[in-house]
Amino acid sequence: MNGLRPDLAVIAANIVPGSRVLDIGCGDGALMAALRDARAVDARGMELDSHNVAECVARGLSVIQGDADVDLEFYTDGGFDYAILSQTLQTTKRPDLVLDELLRVGRKAFVSFPNFAHWRVRASLLWHGRMPVTRLLPVAWYETPNIHHVTVRDFRELVSAKGLTVEGSWFLSGDHGISDAAANWRAEHAVFLLSR
Amino acid sequence: MATAAILTSSHVLELAHPLPLDGGQSLAGVRISYETYGELNADKSNAILICHALTGDQHVASPHPITGKPGWWLRMVGPGKPIDTDRFFVICANVLGSCMGSTGPASAAADGQPYAMRFPVITIRDMVRGHVALLDALGIVTLHAVVGGSMGGMQALSLAANWPQRSRAVLVIASTARHSAQNIAFHEVGRQAIMADPKWQGGDYYRTGKGPEAGLAVARMAAHITYLSEEGMHEKFGRRLQNRTAKTFGFDADFQIESYLRHQGLSFTDRFDANSYLYITRAMDYFDLAEEHGGRLAAAFAGSSARFCLVSFDTDWLYPTAESRTIAHALNAAGAPVSFVELSAPFGHDSFLLDVPALDRVIGGFLGQ
Repeated sequence: MNGLRPDLAVIAANIVPGSRVLDIGCGDGALMAALRDARAVDARGMELDSHNVAECVARGLSVIQGDADVDLEFYTDGGFDYAILSQTLQTTKRPDLVLDELLRVGRKAFVSFPNFAHWRVRASLLWHGRMPVTRLLPVAWYETPNIHHVTVRDFRELVSAKGLTVEGSWFLSGDHGISDAAANWRAEHAVFLLSR
Repeated sequence: MATAAILTSSHVLELAHPLPLDGGQSLAGVRISYETYGELNADKSNAILICHALTGDQHVASPHPITGKPGWWLRMVGPGKPIDTDRFFVICANVLGSCMGSTGPASAAADGQPYAMRFPVITIRDMVRGHVALLDALGIVTLHAVVGGSMGGMQALSLAANWPQRSRAVLVIASTARHSAQNIAFHEVGRQAIMADPKWQGGDYYRTGKGPEAGLAVARMAAHITYLSEEGMHEKFGRRLQNRTAKTFGFDADFQIESYLRHQGLSFTDRFDANSYLYITRAMDYFDLAEEHGGRLAAAFAGSSARFCLVSFDTDWLYPTAESRTIAHALNAAGAPVSFVELSAPFGHDSFLLDVPALDRVIGGFLGQ
């Protein structure tokens, strides 16, 4: 699991070996490859970018080029033990509907996202009055794929409103853990494990 | 490009038993011409079957015996190439109904005369039955992979659906699970061009030496347009004139595109039999994998445990990306491990035969597992 992005390492460490996993927005397949090699996971992926899909196929992974907003409907109910959406929720058109789809195709869902309430983001807005460009949000507002910025608190409220169960949550600054209480200020990344 | 010579050999298999056909008949005395590259390993587990397209042949990586041109997929097949003949035993067989050594309408029937239109109408599945008979003869129970582009992809899908235990991996490029109305329409134009040529003579032209070359050339011209993209054609030819500075106000080939298509049509008649063109296009038109399996494409793959990879090209309007995506969704519904990617390439349907580096990586990576 070495070399994985911190949020992916958290996800990888908390998946039961031998399970069936759908990684939505799987990028170049780093998490899938790690799960396959270290945890004997049957991993499938979905990815929008054709270069990334080609990279995944070249690594021997099963990845379908598709869009989380549209193509999840072609997956059967409960076909996977876990559906994973890492750093992708904030790029979807309807994050709330995507969450529903995650917990339809997967019995459980891992969701990770950059926390827009991190103090650097707040500081940027407060002191400069500008949309933040930070280490984790490195792209200017006009070209970022992140169209639905979300905070830890926002996400908790959405999960609660939908009546979903939080089975686990992890908050990260770099690769350091942050406590639940301080998460909305200090976490750069949040990872949630959800079930219905 | 590796320069080492490929261990190539050409063979003809004569089937001992008649081949049953989807049309209800069976065909006796079937011959299958095939080429192999590389070496079959001791447990016969390293074989890859490459299925060729409509007008392709078994010379996938060896010079064509009539035109002398290099093998049609030489860029993909050879030592150190994505389909690595140092590692895999590659088989490519001329399909049933074709004219490069396997039994087709130009072959002699029991009475010694060419079948011509007495040849039974065949299907993609019949072609694959021929391939399976070849695998049986070679003692290959399970292929490492079956690979095909265009009509070759249909054969790969048919093998996966109807003989699910015969291949561990299935790679389908620029293909479809069923011929669309538009696909059938273009083929019908080609067939009508052939049959409207007086030299076709109801298919009985073999004795007279010359066949319906004009009709076959027109068929090829129409089909060739569907293999290119509009953008690619515009870039290559535009409205440029052919060896002249002004329009001639006549019906000579004023435009480069006209000259190019005429050349494509004429040179095709040197190497292809018109009746084979009729029979093979018919087989493609009849292809509908879902229809064969109760109308549900996912049902076609219910018995499969193979890995699948589907590749489409963004400029291919003959078998557009939506066709590959439909197959990917069906495989997903069937629970099969499937990859699907749409690659960007300017060459239209023909992209699978041309220089698309991403395709090399996908094929090499998928087959290398």
